[in-house]
Amino acid sequence: MNNLCVLPVVIPMATGVLLILTHARPALSRAIAISANILSLGVALALVETVRADGIQLLAFGNWPAPFGIVFTVDMLSALMVAVTMVVSTATLLFASVSLDDRLEKNFFYPLFQFLLMGVNGAFLTGDLFNLFVWFEVLLVSSYGLMALGSQAYQLQETFKYLVVNALSSALFLIGIALIYGATGTLNMADLVFKFPALVESGMAGVITVIFLVVFGIKGALFPLYVWLPRAYYGPPTVISGLFGGLLTKVGVYALFRTVTLFFAPTSSFVLPLLCFVAGATMLLGVLGALSQWDFKRILSYHIVSQVGYMIMGLAIYTPLALAGGIFYIIHHILVKTSLFLVAAAVEKRYGTTNLRALGGAADGSPLLATLFMFAGLALAGAPPLSGFVAKFMLLRSGLEAANYVLVAVSIVVSFLTLYSMMKIYRYAFWREETETVIVVPGEPVRTFAIASLVTLSLVLGFGGALLLPYVEIAAAQLLDPTAWGTVVLEARLR
Amino acid sequence: MHFAVLTVIAVFITCGVYLLLDRTLLRIIIGLGLLSNGVNLALLASGGLGAGAAPILGQGNATIVDPLPQALILTAIVIGFGVTALLLTLAFASYQSQLSDDLEDLHGRLDDE
Repeated sequence: MNNLCVLPVVIPMATGVLLILTHARPALSRAIAISANILSLGVALALVETVRADGIQLLAFGNWPAPFGIVFTVDMLSALMVAVTMVVSTATLLFASVSLDDRLEKNFFYPLFQFLLMGVNGAFLTGDLFNLFVWFEVLLVSSYGLMALGSQAYQLQETFKYLVVNALSSALFLIGIALIYGATGTLNMADLVFKFPALVESGMAGVITVIFLVVFGIKGALFPLYVWLPRAYYGPPTVISGLFGGLLTKVGVYALFRTVTLFFAPTSSFVLPLLCFVAGATMLLGVLGALSQWDFKRILSYHIVSQVGYMIMGLAIYTPLALAGGIFYIIHHILVKTSLFLVAAAVEKRYGTTNLRALGGAADGSPLLATLFMFAGLALAGAPPLSGFVAKFMLLRSGLEAANYVLVAVSIVVSFLTLYSMMKIYRYAFWREETETVIVVPGEPVRTFAIASLVTLSLVLGFGGALLLPYVEIAAAQLLDPTAWGTVVLEARLR
Repeated sequence: MHFAVLTVIAVFITCGVYLLLDRTLLRIIIGLGLLSNGVNLALLASGGLGAGAAPILGQGNATIVDPLPQALILTAIVIGFGVTALLLTLAFASYQSQLSDDLEDLHGRLDDE
């Protein structure tokens, strides 16, 4: 039992409630939100260290032991995800505090932001399937609010579609939960590790597997269920798109990593080959979608889809190195994708548009921004010595070891196309002659600092990949041994 | 009993999906409502549909019903209610700004590509 496990959820919740009360005073709200975020970041880092030193951490609510009560189970993957979530959300919050309109800030931006974090962290930490559903709803409802923030006609229309798609996937999620509960009588993930294999004979396991793949495929924007994403992420203010692009789909990917390694891969022969195909198709079609776009934000949104394919590639190959590579990729992607969106937001702030045809010469006006974009863009494409290179190297190597040559070839081609796409943005937005409409908005140093801190982290992970490697290797080892994980959780009551 | 509940679930979900495929915002919302009710019934069925007493200890009842699905449904209903309220607000705001609640009619109006 460790109360540290629940703090990443409790701190944003308490802060969110407090921020509702102070919503009319943006300066106060900013101070509270940023300090609370830094506090949660500290807690998350402490959690990572605790898990590294003492192994899996548990918290059974109301002291009801698993499988009877709800438990939070924190292994290395959960702790790392929470930590990286807090890193990017702090940077985004810092950026938002100097770039959002006063009107939007007063319109409950800060409370919604904290509730979103509460949902994301809850989803990463929980060890109960129904509880996972509830956290998904918490983060989705906050994201609906953030997506419609500003109430432009386009936003309302796209938020409506986003909401319908997610409500449908939540309904499917509940059907899956009902099937699992009806068949096994438990929803605790640790208990399911031992009870789920019994469903193979009746064929029930296959049905449940497919339902959950569809549910998390929609949430994580996998082929062919990603079509909702690019239009939805274009609508909200760019800072908010940055947070969504970094975090939201990754919760779906995390849920896939968790459920596939715990129940689905050990019990079914079709999951991993299917995921291999899905990974290849997702990365290829995502990047092709990006190539056809002429808008900074839309290009980045399509790249989210494409990048999710790489993470799933790590899961699909399913060796210790591949899973470690996949987890490394998730962490790298959250940092880099958010920083790219923040560059787009900073450019939009200065020139008033994200349309590449209208932009130009941003490198003259803000050379630092151009440099940051160059580093982040190269990291996204996987150029050494940035974090993307380490992640892609691990994935490619594991792919070659597993003799999965087609997927490796596809992922290399997609890397080049990603590089082309980043060069296109650079050429049209940062080179050429500077457009005349320069809007000088205060707060540029803070915005640049927020982006620079994320890009620096990407550089650190690139040069010092060995720093993070022990952590992702622990995470991968824990994922590949579900029975050990389940035993630890279930036997906690004896202590 | 099982067959009857199964039929009701099937009808709810079928009607829900049919309405969801419509182009009118309001019908989509009604469809989602039906769909989530069908799903809630499925959750209820997952606990078994046998007869049993209320799950209270110390009453001397030999068979009691499983209370967990009921707790799950309660949560799902509350979430569904909140989401439906949000959907209605969005649909109304969208109608006010566009003066149409037909997605076909709205299509392409707001594309800036």
